Amino acid sequence: MRPLQPSPPTPADAYGAGARRARWRETLAPTGNAGDALFRAALLLAALVLLLLVVSMIAAMAANSRLSLRAFGFGFLTSRAWNPVTGQFGALPFIYGTVVSSLLALLISVPVSLGIAIFLVEQAPRQLARPVAFIIELLAAIPSVIYGLWGIFVLAPVLREHVEPLLARWLGWLPLLQGPITGIGLLTGGVILAIMITPIIAAVVRDVLEAVPVTQREAALALGATRWETTRVVLANAASGIAGAIILGLGRAIGETMAVTMVIGNRPQISASLFAPSYTIASVIANEFTEATGDIYLSALVELGLILFLVTFVVNGAAKLLVWGVTRGTSGTARAA
Amino acid sequence: MQDVNISAARRRAISSVMTTLTALCAFVAVAVLLVILGYIAWRGVGALNWRFLVETPKPVGEGGGIGNAIVGTFILLALASVIGLPIGVAAGVYLAEFGTGRFGQLVRFLADTLTGVPSIVVGVFAYTVVVLPLKQFSALAGGVALACIMIPIVARTTEEMIRLVPHSLREGALALGAPQWRVTLDIVLPAAMSGIATGAMLAVARVSGETAPLLFTAFGSRFFNLYLDQPTASLTVQIYNYAISPYDEWHAQAWAATLVLMTLILVINIGVRFMTRRKV
Repeated sequence: MRPLQPSPPTPADAYGAGARRARWRETLAPTGNAGDALFRAALLLAALVLLLLVVSMIAAMAANSRLSLRAFGFGFLTSRAWNPVTGQFGALPFIYGTVVSSLLALLISVPVSLGIAIFLVEQAPRQLARPVAFIIELLAAIPSVIYGLWGIFVLAPVLREHVEPLLARWLGWLPLLQGPITGIGLLTGGVILAIMITPIIAAVVRDVLEAVPVTQREAALALGATRWETTRVVLANAASGIAGAIILGLGRAIGETMAVTMVIGNRPQISASLFAPSYTIASVIANEFTEATGDIYLSALVELGLILFLVTFVVNGAAKLLVWGVTRGTSGTARAA
Repeated sequence: MQDVNISAARRRAISSVMTTLTALCAFVAVAVLLVILGYIAWRGVGALNWRFLVETPKPVGEGGGIGNAIVGTFILLALASVIGLPIGVAAGVYLAEFGTGRFGQLVRFLADTLTGVPSIVVGVFAYTVVVLPLKQFSALAGGVALACIMIPIVARTTEEMIRLVPHSLREGALALGAPQWRVTLDIVLPAAMSGIATGAMLAVARVSGETAPLLFTAFGSRFFNLYLDQPTASLTVQIYNYAISPYDEWHAQAWAATLVLMTLILVINIGVRFMTRRKV
């Protein structure tokens, strides 16, 4: 908003420091009011804090991981060694655990959260959709550590006693589903992650579906499409936004810490079996940071933090751009965050 | 479309099957929430009593409580709010009032991306910038970590709320000759205040459940602590430590502490929901 014209610079100010000052003031406050300039500068500082946070996170973690960066280089990403005693550190087992548990979570969560979002936007009557949406949002409000507690004492025993034996019997010919059954491992981690990211994906998909123009639905219905066929038209329209929502969920799953740490078993190994204990990047940081003896050990953990930051930053950034492409102009983005 | 060749009855059947399936998905999600909350209430109530709420932790077999953790959580939340809310709200005001250009778009993007950065990473960051220079774990470090998580959330909700204020209000004040800063501070902010407060409360509720960023910043403590430069207990870290311990008694205490924390979070979430509904 620029309701008032900036006051024109006086001739004496046309050159030199005076002119520079005037230009600055004009940039900060097009109204030419000194109070406005001050106000805007103060707010700008706060906005700069966000920029500063991102920059200093990268800088601080890079600076504190330079020992490990120098010692292992890119080999850090491909080495399976994680031995604090001999000072050998490699991130591969953690990358494997993170990727597999996150993909498993997406596999379970995506169909369910799509179903939830379709139900809430396309099918449920308004009076039902609002409370159900609120209850599902509450799922996202449960802290990670509480999911972990529930995972240890409820989910893991249920999977150990009932689900994993069945999987092993029916699908035991798959190497994925062989080996000793303990209830603590990749599968449990994936399931708890799935529960945690479902409300997040569902909320974003809901926003995306709501942003699809109602005329698309009317056109499909007018052509004689059934309810489901109409929904498919809507889904096709929202495809890129849905992809964004799924990637956003992936970002959450990658960085989720406490719940996974509590149920995944925390053993730095690469095993084909989903029943086997594993370890994620986030959980090794959570577990070993305070016990890290020696500079190179701590440095390796900070480097894992840096990797996690960069990966989730890129993943979330990509997701945001996809979702913005669909919901731009609607107020959905705030909830999506 | 190949669908033309399929009989109408079959199309209708597919439609109703899919409709049922999506309803089932929603039902499952609601059921999972109720199961989790119900289980917390059932396990938590058993170990909950007055002494548990006011005492400090004791060795296994001697009872003990979470009094220091409750106090610690509130200290950490207060610290995080004092640091995070002013910056977050100011950044949000900037985005709403001046954030139309490239810079505004960049800040908006960074804020949204920061909300997705894992909280454990924020903990590592706070460790490097607060714990390392001070050479010890402290409430301050925990507060800074939680504030870093709050700032982007508060900034974005504040921006959304300010955008809802009708332009006619601003134009009216400007027409009366008020400078822009007075318009923002005296007209726009009060009009958006309930929404901003709602966003702030939700941000507090969100960070009150954070564990990962506190593990190596506030760390934890077995005693009541009011000093900001000392390690401080929190409900979440206490729950975590008890949950992974081998003792049944501590497991029971973890459930009781969970019930306390969950009640706090639910009260904020549901309270905010009803407050905002009455306003709109």
